[in-house]
Amino acid sequence: MSDVLLSVQGLTRRFDVSKPWLNRVIEREDRQYLTATADVSFDIRKGETFALVGESGSGKSTIAKMIVGLLEPSAGEIRFDGKVMDFASGAAMRALRRRFQMIFQDPFASLNPRWRVGDIIAEPIHTFGLLKGAEVTREVGRLLDLVGLSAADAEKFPHEFSGGQRQRIAIARALSSRPEFIVCDEPTSALDVSVQAQILNLMRDLQDEFGLTYLLISHDLSVVRHMSTRIGVLYLGRLVEISDAKRLFIDPQHPYTRLLLDAVPDLALSGRRRTPVTGEIPNPIAPPPGCAFHPRCPHVMDICRKQRPDAIPTASGQAACHLLTPEGQKPRETTA
Amino acid sequence: MADFTPGNRPNALARAWDSDIAWSFRHSPLAVIAAFVSILIILAAVFAPWIAPHDPFNPASLDLMDGFTPPMEPNAFTGNVYWLGTDNQGRDVFSTILYGARISLFVGFMAVLFAMVLGITLGLIAGYRGGWLDSLLMRVADVQLTFPSILLALLIFGVARGFIPPAYREAMAIWVLIVAIGLSDWVQYARVVRGATMVEKNKEYVQAARVIGAHPAKILIRHILPNVMGPVLVIATIGLALAIIAEATLSFLGVGVPSTQPSLGTLIRIGQGFLFSGEWWILLFPSITLLALALSVNLLGDWLRDALNPRLR
Repeated sequence: MSDVLLSVQGLTRRFDVSKPWLNRVIEREDRQYLTATADVSFDIRKGETFALVGESGSGKSTIAKMIVGLLEPSAGEIRFDGKVMDFASGAAMRALRRRFQMIFQDPFASLNPRWRVGDIIAEPIHTFGLLKGAEVTREVGRLLDLVGLSAADAEKFPHEFSGGQRQRIAIARALSSRPEFIVCDEPTSALDVSVQAQILNLMRDLQDEFGLTYLLISHDLSVVRHMSTRIGVLYLGRLVEISDAKRLFIDPQHPYTRLLLDAVPDLALSGRRRTPVTGEIPNPIAPPPGCAFHPRCPHVMDICRKQRPDAIPTASGQAACHLLTPEGQKPRETTA
Repeated sequence: MADFTPGNRPNALARAWDSDIAWSFRHSPLAVIAAFVSILIILAAVFAPWIAPHDPFNPASLDLMDGFTPPMEPNAFTGNVYWLGTDNQGRDVFSTILYGARISLFVGFMAVLFAMVLGITLGLIAGYRGGWLDSLLMRVADVQLTFPSILLALLIFGVARGFIPPAYREAMAIWVLIVAIGLSDWVQYARVVRGATMVEKNKEYVQAARVIGAHPAKILIRHILPNVMGPVLVIATIGLALAIIAEATLSFLGVGVPSTQPSLGTLIRIGQGFLFSGEWWILLFPSITLLALALSVNLLGDWLRDALNPRLR
């Protein structure tokens, strides 16, 4: 279980959001960069589901896109099964590419509307040259069966299916190259609540059957709780906490994680006093100095405004907060 | 759900009849009439050698005595009757119109095809690649748009003739014309395709293909191209009418196809010389044909544009 399948070290991505050259010269402005993710490091072990959570704009999707090669990292390194991923080298990447896949957020955009379902699912098979002729048709039928659709559906077009069915097709496509690792970018956020659980359960069944490893990107903590073994919490492009899923929900270490958990509605009506997430995520072009979370943090101290906290090992992972350092103090309980 | 099982699937023809486009077509009388007129002229042009009562390009079959015969009247010398009369050389106007429409349509179709292939290719590349290549291509397009396209076609025509040895000029004239009209027309295809490509390339189905490492050319041709063809077909239909008119204009100005192979524009140019001497039919009938052809193709294009635009439904 402890074999690392995917290792991310110091992953950073800056976007150039400068105005055009002429505007910059006239308005005497410098180039502007938006740091979407900064120095993100984590390991994903074989067979586990690692979840990345965070608000919109926290850099979750940017990390996912860098891992599958849709975006080039500005700095840092991604290792898949010990091998450095270099998307510029086509030949070396071909063998690696077959081993990871991606499931997208919007099943209405992720399937080409002009292609038949069978062709959509077979695309990775053809691209990697895995099977030929009638074997492809048989494999597509088997995959459709696997995700709870029928082999006859291969003849239809995507518009003949509902959102949940389309996401099943997208999953079948992701499985067709027999990958070991699947990046799931908000796989259920575009679906009806009633369908979400079906898709998540399908993903879990497939994980058990094929020993898949998932990177799950989500802002929905109930989805994350249902699916993941470990969780990384992102804030403004930085990992503030990594923890085992169970521990995170019981004993969050970082104040931001605590705020996130407090914002989850629970049907039990526990009567617990909540601290709502106040304020908004700051402008990532000019992030606050020190700890990026300090303008919204209820426990803010002087040191938080000056010095960025390093990741400190915790009982079940790591967290980056001055409250956990000797300089800080043990956090006060916020629950009444 | 029963309708979707393979056994119950209606055949392709029945599905086409039931499609939105077909429905919209059946409920638009103007489109039906325009399609009828276009198809009639196109069929008449294609089958001209079998339909035309005379061969206007065979000097042996011409009799100068037949010249200037008015429509539906027997010739004063030979007694021959021609539906639409004859021109100065005794050529049957009806036959020359059939053959003329043939050349006009051929030039129109080929010019549109040329402009389409060029515009779509450059538009796809510019939209998908972006960056300096996109800027360069679009600035070229902007500059080209500042010239009236007929002026540009004249320019290209003139330059091309300078390169071609005189012996081949006659034979190459029609191809030079096609390239000239096509080159002056590619910009609108490139612009539309570029815009649509920029939208499509960010959609997740393209990203899914990129994740598995599909070749960019394959992504462009198999994924993006089918999804940007809708607006292109609309422009191509209207573009056909414009190309036919452009060809007629160039031929009217005397720089188009040679008069041994007269197109509708050439016929109109020849005919206008006789307008003031009273032989009105030599000018009128080719003009009416050109008008009917351009108008009906244009109306078809307008209908197609509305039918493919979901916001106007």
